[in-house]
Amino acid sequence: MKVYEIKEILNATVICGEEFLDREVFTACGSDMMSDVLAYVKEQAVLLSGLVNPQVVRTAEMMDMQCIVFVRGKNPDDSIINLARDRDIVLLSTDEGMFSACGKLYEKGLRGGASV
Amino acid sequence: MSSLKLNFTVPGDDFTRAGEASGSVKKTLKDLGFNPEIVRKVVIALYEAEINLVIHAGGGEIEVEISPECISMVLTDQGPGIPDVDLAMKEGYSTAPDNVRSLGFGAGMGLPNIKKYTDEMKIDSTVGVGTTMYLKVLTN
Repeated sequence: MKVYEIKEILNATVICGEEFLDREVFTACGSDMMSDVLAYVKEQAVLLSGLVNPQVVRTAEMMDMQCIVFVRGKNPDDSIINLARDRDIVLLSTDEGMFSACGKLYEKGLRGGASV
Repeated sequence: MSSLKLNFTVPGDDFTRAGEASGSVKKTLKDLGFNPEIVRKVVIALYEAEINLVIHAGGGEIEVEISPECISMVLTDQGPGIPDVDLAMKEGYSTAPDNVRSLGFGAGMGLPNIKKYTDEMKIDSTVGVGTTMYLKVLTN
């Protein structure tokens, strides 16, 4: 799945990283707990989160993630956006809740893959 | 064999900057051409440890030594110390305040995560004096 497809499926707005929307991604994870992302996630390229703070971008950076989707209509402030921009990470925002957003992406072929 | 040393000072109580040192180490390891899986192990462990310095210790110092055989990290703080290291190592055990949980940490996964991603981990801690954590990731 391409990042722009995620944008379309979730009717999301692009906060930054417009130039990277044709990136191909295969797996995603949804979590508000960054420690869990660090503990269990492997090779996932997309992070869906309702948490909005710089550590979400830092966590994505450490995990080589390509794209963060903020759910529940959350919008990051400029410091978070600049952090993502410096790291070539795409930021999207959708009004969908976490469950619905994950479900819609799964239905269209995006998979999890996190294992304990 | 030559090695490269990096030193960082982690400011306390500034969550926006927590992760700067780990991000910098990640970039250096990538630029040096280390295996991505090794880089991942080092930066996850270091990032968790860096977060701990900010959450629990009011900041501290990080020293990283990079050689072809291994990446060694020493994290030193003058924080409150850990009264029971074995208890602190248990998954789910946390003394982090609520404001830390609202940032996505403080689930009691930090130290177990660090252990999971490193080949050697040693903690020297004295209550009221501080904590030093020694971490090592072997490259093969």
